[in-house]
Amino acid sequence: MSGVDPHIWLIAPLVVPLAAAVFGLLAGRRTRRAVALTGHVLHIAAAAGLLYTVLGDGALAVRIGGWPGPFGIALVGDSLSALLVGVTAIVGAAAGLTSQLGERLPHPLKAPLMHALLLGVCGAFLTGDLFNLYVWFEVLLVASFVLLTLDRAPLSIAAGVRYVAINLVASALFLTALGLLYAKAGTLDMAHIARLVDGDTGHTLGGVAALLTVAFGIKAGIFPLFGWLPPAYPAPPPVIAALFAGLLTKVGVYALIRLYTLIFVHDPWAHDLLLWLGAATMTVGVLGAAAQVEVRRILSFHIVSQIGYIVVGVALYTPLAVGAAVFYLVHHIVVKTSLFLVGGVITDAGGSERLDRLGGLRLAWPAAALLFAIPALSLAGMPPLSGFFAKLGIIRAGIAADATWVAVLALAVGLLTLYSMLKIAHAAVLGPAPDDAPPRPVGRARLWPIAALAAVTLALGLAAGPVFEVCLAAGEALIDRTPYLEAAR
Amino acid sequence: MHGLMSLVVGALFAAGVYLMLKREILHVLVGLTLVGNGANLAIFVASGARVAPPPLVPDGLDAPLAGHADPLPQALILTAIVIGFGVLGFALALARRSTETLGTDDLDRLPTTEGQGT
Repeated sequence: MSGVDPHIWLIAPLVVPLAAAVFGLLAGRRTRRAVALTGHVLHIAAAAGLLYTVLGDGALAVRIGGWPGPFGIALVGDSLSALLVGVTAIVGAAAGLTSQLGERLPHPLKAPLMHALLLGVCGAFLTGDLFNLYVWFEVLLVASFVLLTLDRAPLSIAAGVRYVAINLVASALFLTALGLLYAKAGTLDMAHIARLVDGDTGHTLGGVAALLTVAFGIKAGIFPLFGWLPPAYPAPPPVIAALFAGLLTKVGVYALIRLYTLIFVHDPWAHDLLLWLGAATMTVGVLGAAAQVEVRRILSFHIVSQIGYIVVGVALYTPLAVGAAVFYLVHHIVVKTSLFLVGGVITDAGGSERLDRLGGLRLAWPAAALLFAIPALSLAGMPPLSGFFAKLGIIRAGIAADATWVAVLALAVGLLTLYSMLKIAHAAVLGPAPDDAPPRPVGRARLWPIAALAAVTLALGLAAGPVFEVCLAAGEALIDRTPYLEAAR
Repeated sequence: MHGLMSLVVGALFAAGVYLMLKREILHVLVGLTLVGNGANLAIFVASGARVAPPPLVPDGLDAPLAGHADPLPQALILTAIVIGFGVLGFALALARRSTETLGTDDLDRLPTTEGQGT
């Protein structure tokens, strides 16, 4: 890639989905599909370029408009951002492909909105400015509001009302925190604030940290702020739900990681508090999942539980723990998206969300059963799938950081995760088919993107060594902070 | 001035939270609007708004006058107002659609996904 300014790769993952959204709106009925799919392919290419550049040459940053820092708004790509942009492009393409393959005539706004959502997510991962982060959050939120209510079904509308309200509250808290932070620091550039707090030994940012933690905690779905999530995610059609489940809460988690590794690093109590919150999140989430009897509600509670693992990794705040959290994040985005996609296939085939009205998928549609088993076992942490190495990393980091209780708790939660996954498997896949409504394969083409995601989780597991090394390096860089601060001058 | 404005911010947040705790969808939306405006005003107050020369470079000089006003908070607020306006527009349309489709504006009586699987 000689001759190309490497900074182009910071902008390409944003320009491509923006162009795909705009051209998707302009396109006619015949070209719509081609525009949407081309957008996804180019997005993956752009994200791959970013990942290749960042892993090869280290973190890079660009100040839009050429203004010097801290005045120009920075886009910063470090290993964490690049990895997340890469996996976002992949799951976005899987969801987009499922939508195009599974629906004869998708809503004309659906594909452009999905690209707009990806634009917001990638922007949030790449920005180096907190107010800019707020704007990207709003971009992805507005896209998600419309996607959630696009089918106009009563349940979607009801879920949309709650979802819009809770997110507006979170955004208002975020905005207030930014005002207070600007009053303290005189800048909202993340790298600049990080340098300022280094010289400040007082706990003057405690209030801002609390407000931001609540705001991102709502978006990430951590205990005790996750109440909105389990009712909202099963409401929209499977493709939309899969995209939400894979990406939206993870942007909140990313923001927490960024804050607690870059800015709020001088208050040990903050990391302790985060550790308790993370432990409570993974426990309450999995207990909720164990009590549910509907496929996508179980999966929704699992999101909460898995977020807990990632938060624990960040809170332990060692290179191993943060690296494991990064690996967990990547694994989780892939697996959660594919589980929601295959969950939609299962419930569409069986005609019900309820476990007691599903069954017999293994005989009726073995391919779908297999494609459920792979991400489900990966989520539950079975070797050699990616979830095993993600959980192993968190548990090892817990023991190494003298927080053995968290490691033991993580093991117990892992067992309960396996239990609730087996519950779905036992009822819907292995169990006998209900007499009156046996499952029948619907929309076989939808299995291809799911198979691709299953291959990704298999690859993440089989190549866990090299991938984990990259994530460990990302964790070390996050704790070290120098690469980020050097890049975002 | 800042003391008074701080009280106004507090009042906006208090009224907003009170309205958000009500069950009627429109009350909640008005509450959210008040909280959003409170947040915007908080940025304005916290950044130390004061009477000062504008941040423009006068003729014959190459820098703004010393002690000029900080334009950034106002740019932030303007952006936040625009975003808030757009989102509020969507939320109002959604509230209307919700009341029409579901036949109630009572948030406690909205259907949930739990137990809806058929």
